[in-house]
Amino acid sequence: MKPVNHGAWFLVLPMLIIVAFTAVIPLMTVVNYSVQYVATNAQFHWVGDLWFREVLHSEKFWNALWRNLVFSGCILAIEIPLGVLIALNMPRKGWGVPVCLVLMALPLLVPWYVVGMIWQMFGRVDIGLMGVMLRDIGYNYEGDPIDAWFTLILMDVWHWTSLVALLAYAGLVSIPDAYYQAARIDGASKWSVFRYIQLPKMARVLTIAVLLRFMDSFMIFTEPFAVIAGGDPVFLSTELKQTVELGQKAAMSLIYFLIILLMSWIFYTVMTRDDGEPIGQGGAS
Amino acid sequence: MKQSRFAWIVPALYILFLMAPLYWLVAMSFKTNVEITTRFTLVPETFNLNNYMKVFTDERWRSVFANSLIYVGLNTVISVAVALPAAYAFSRYRFFGDKHLFFWLLTNRMAPAAVFTLPFFQLYSAFGLFDTHIAVALAHCLFNVPLAVWILEGFMSGVPREIDETAYIDGHSFPSFFIRIFMPLIASGIGVAAFFCFMFSWVEYLIADSLARSAVIPITTRLQALSQASGTDWGVLAAAGTLTLIPGAIVIWFVRNYIAKGFALGRV
Repeated sequence: MKPVNHGAWFLVLPMLIIVAFTAVIPLMTVVNYSVQYVATNAQFHWVGDLWFREVLHSEKFWNALWRNLVFSGCILAIEIPLGVLIALNMPRKGWGVPVCLVLMALPLLVPWYVVGMIWQMFGRVDIGLMGVMLRDIGYNYEGDPIDAWFTLILMDVWHWTSLVALLAYAGLVSIPDAYYQAARIDGASKWSVFRYIQLPKMARVLTIAVLLRFMDSFMIFTEPFAVIAGGDPVFLSTELKQTVELGQKAAMSLIYFLIILLMSWIFYTVMTRDDGEPIGQGGAS
Repeated sequence: MKQSRFAWIVPALYILFLMAPLYWLVAMSFKTNVEITTRFTLVPETFNLNNYMKVFTDERWRSVFANSLIYVGLNTVISVAVALPAAYAFSRYRFFGDKHLFFWLLTNRMAPAAVFTLPFFQLYSAFGLFDTHIAVALAHCLFNVPLAVWILEGFMSGVPREIDETAYIDGHSFPSFFIRIFMPLIASGIGVAAFFCFMFSWVEYLIADSLARSAVIPITTRLQALSQASGTDWGVLAAAGTLTLIPGAIVIWFVRNYIAKGFALGRV
């Protein structure tokens, strides 16, 4: 058990000051905006919960929220199984391991705006490799909302599936060989090895993968912005950026933030559930 | 576990899918604009370096690359410096409100940047920081400090507590123990944390774009301005885009075994 030491607060203090400046002050300012109306002469008027009611009755907000949830759902439904499939088939030793790790991690390190730019260049029907190959079947992400959806999802799969694969791989390599030997002696089928050995061992990393992918796709902005420049489909962050009225924008920010807070709490509970001590052990890797 | 003889096909196909758009970007950077817009060629007809020359000789391109590298570097130093003692506190002690504090850090990593950019102009203007490198560096602490704390806490918890106790018995003061004994022990953790701070600050667009508007334009803002303008110079854009991949490509080899750990906030 770790010793109790309230003096440890002095160690967290510098970090606290920095994060308070970058997070708490902006958030308080947003709260302040959300209950006031700013007139053209920069006068603030108290309006209570007017903006919140306005946002919750706004069709555009709900549309963006549902669209974002459907998007996140599609992302998870594709990336998680695909990531697991890739991890299962990745080499476990030899020169293939570093090659796989490095090449797969490449998209994760590309600046988000450049990810969008790459896919804009790749998908355009006049100059893009994919666009030119698919234009004969009527593909054009700039004109057709379905094609735009398809492109954005494909882009996200390209960008982030490696994260799922690398996490699942980290879970797989931590399984001791003895487990597999026991399974071989029992004559277990490939499926039962996966179902009863590999999947349970990957459960924890996969939970992390699901939650990370959900949160990040739920607040996606930059990549679609680069590809479709704020056009259809409009996600929550885009809707927030496009809202003009300051108070409404602030109220929407807070509602958005509360949803995120709830999700973070689930994430935190799941991640620290298996840890022995109050603040998690880093785990083995 | 014995894998099937054809298992390699799956990662091979996946890597092929990953490389195709990257190949197209790099290929475009070697083409002339005439070739890009009028002829569809899989391989550049001639490997001309004019696009890169244009990027390297143009003062505006050079300054945006420098701007981004400066605020990313500043952010990495600040994030790791404040995260080190905090992570030590979380990994070694229990104290009033520790769990809540640790959770609150996480909410900042998860918060959408769009929520925080709204009051940035007023806030940073009030401190006279708007449109400076340090403003972006501070704003990126929003998600990088939590990331660094979580990663470092993971590494530090792997070091047995007995080492601390022995050092104190040997007469080391806390700063002397921390800098001379503890930091060398978690050197790889510090490296990994620094890499991920660098990376996440480098790839971020929305916050940097809303804080640095005219004096310190980030590289991605310039790419955005040029890629959505009419009469786009695709060749130069592809060359500049290719150059933004280099920082990641250089260090990736060194962190290859920690990639999953870093992206999962040290929890693997």
